Amino acid sequence: MKIELSKKDKSRLLRIISSLIIFVPLLIADKIFDIGVQTEIGWVLPCILYFVVYIIIGYDVLYKAVVNVAHLNPLDENFLMCIATLGAFTLAIYTGVKGEGTEGFEEGCAVLIFYQIGELFQSIATERSRRSIASLMDICPDYANVIRNGIVEAVLPEEVSIGETIVVKAGEKIPLDGEIISGVSSVDSSSLTGESVPVELSPGDKVISGCINLTSTIEIKVEKEFTDSTVSKILELVENASDKKSKTESFITKFARWYTPVVVALAICLAVVPTLIFGNGEIWIYRSLSFLVVSCPCAIVISVPMAFFMGIGISSKSFILVKGSDYIEKLDKASTFVFDKTGTLTTGEFRVVSVYPEEKEQEILRLAAIAETDSIHPIARSIVKKYGQQVDTGYTTESMAGYGIIARSNGDEILCGSYKLMEKHGIECPLQNDGHTAVYVAHNSQYIGVILITDEIKKGAKEAVSELKNMGVKCVMLTGDREQSAKKVAESVGISDYKASLLPQNKVYEVEGLMNGDGKDGYVCFVGDGINDAPVLMRSDIGISMGALGSDAAIEASNIVLTRDDLTSLVKAKAIARGTVRIAKQNIIIPLFIKIAILILATLGITNMWMAVFGDVGVAVLAILNSMRIGRIK
Amino acid sequence: MKKVFRLENLGCANCAAKMEKAISKIEGVSFVSIGFMTRRLTIEADESSFDMILEKAQKIIKKFENDCKIVR
Repeated sequence: MKIELSKKDKSRLLRIISSLIIFVPLLIADKIFDIGVQTEIGWVLPCILYFVVYIIIGYDVLYKAVVNVAHLNPLDENFLMCIATLGAFTLAIYTGVKGEGTEGFEEGCAVLIFYQIGELFQSIATERSRRSIASLMDICPDYANVIRNGIVEAVLPEEVSIGETIVVKAGEKIPLDGEIISGVSSVDSSSLTGESVPVELSPGDKVISGCINLTSTIEIKVEKEFTDSTVSKILELVENASDKKSKTESFITKFARWYTPVVVALAICLAVVPTLIFGNGEIWIYRSLSFLVVSCPCAIVISVPMAFFMGIGISSKSFILVKGSDYIEKLDKASTFVFDKTGTLTTGEFRVVSVYPEEKEQEILRLAAIAETDSIHPIARSIVKKYGQQVDTGYTTESMAGYGIIARSNGDEILCGSYKLMEKHGIECPLQNDGHTAVYVAHNSQYIGVILITDEIKKGAKEAVSELKNMGVKCVMLTGDREQSAKKVAESVGISDYKASLLPQNKVYEVEGLMNGDGKDGYVCFVGDGINDAPVLMRSDIGISMGALGSDAAIEASNIVLTRDDLTSLVKAKAIARGTVRIAKQNIIIPLFIKIAILILATLGITNMWMAVFGDVGVAVLAILNSMRIGRIK
Repeated sequence: MKKVFRLENLGCANCAAKMEKAISKIEGVSFVSIGFMTRRLTIEADESSFDMILEKAQKIIKKFENDCKIVR
């Protein structure tokens, strides 16, 4: 990736180069040919020459220091850097006047040169990671072709209102959510969902913004304003993610507030106390200057949020939208994954397998279709689809969550639902328990028959569960479905811990139980399709919805949205979270360790300011590079 | 009322943290977040005094980074 330097960085680079051009020959001349020593005013010439370098490389630092001190902000890093470097100059003049050599001028300059090099690297690296993330989110449409008064006009997507018709040509990005009113085309949603197979869409189908129209021109009736469209929601979600800071980040900002004052106080102590005891003030003052150089906690303050920023960004690239840094942290600690069955572990696409008794198939389906016709539940849809004929109308339906549906019309009553529904109404019927989902049908308190429905297990479900288990995570399945079909699904994906026949409110209760029990040291994730499990998604520590792009309710209720309907994304999400938190921790420990080591060595007089400046900007660059490694998590 | 602004010339992560802390102390501010990586200032405050609060926030930001501006 090529990076264009910003204007600020370009001038910084220029200054680094020009100051080095003067500094290096000067240093050689000074060290080898001893310019200026031996005479009483011999320090003047090197002092002036070095000071020229100092001004070239450090005038902005000096300026900022003056401005910030004027703002009563004395613990500013620029100010401390100036004290340290000017202090080195002053000491050199002091020893020079005494005729003891001019050590210190070169150090003052070198510290600033390294400081600027470090700042330049920091700036480049930060910009680079910003761009790598920004390019991932290149889903925002630039314009919309709207038909107004019979003419096609290109306008900003924000200017199109609901009900207007837009035209999208082949190869263009769909700018707004809506319904196709004319044209048949393949639509590629890979930039949103990672689904590489394009979908063939025709009039009446819904399209979401951010997809690419591949084959031919389509006209779309807009159903959502741009601010409510899928693209805006995704971008908003990713952009807002950094507002929710993780515990580690909050800790770091608190730590940073203490770090600088403490180091500066230590520096003052080191300059004063030993001088009073042992004398030799210039040695102790010189050593304390190193403290000032490492007094900025920048390395940590920059690299920890950067790690989380990268973590969120790389997740988005993998079609995992995380709503905040704190969820990365929680996901890392997640010890229990609770799965919903239907639509999560299974495809949610139901199919009627058989109807008993067979001879009454048409009658059973006809009655069931009447009851289920208004329901959007996938089971209901599969029954209506199987029936495939005009459904009788004139019935009012009453839906009872967890039981089923009752349809009534002029004394005619159809019960359609679970075994529990039949029991509740005192209707005797044979219990089906071969693992399929059974929908019982009764007409006017008379049992008529049963429809058996099956639901296929999602590709990758088994692998995802086994990889999560390898990561030390406990997997649990909760379902409203019957024991037998729950058992069948649980066994085939490899989950031993499951609970069946749960009403939606029972799922909340179960998740709460897990949060208070095993989940005490970790966090409990609930993974659902987001359609009818919003309460559990919200109640759990981390609500993860998958494949629910376009459903505002699901996106609203969950903390992490998997736009790709693939369970292996969960494994990836967990791996990224784990890597991010590990690197964030390294970014605290390593810089701190180096800084403390430098402080100790400086106190003992073993290191000097050259080393200290590495402890400042060098460590910052290292930590930033470490954060960028998150981009390589597979 | 919650609003998001871009911060121009935000160059120092530690300053961003200090700004955030100082802005959170302005009366009427219920939430503030400065993202160094995203260069975003998110501020939630009373609607009636929002402009005044933003003025104060800008002053604080200038105090830590002289050339940093809230883009309105």
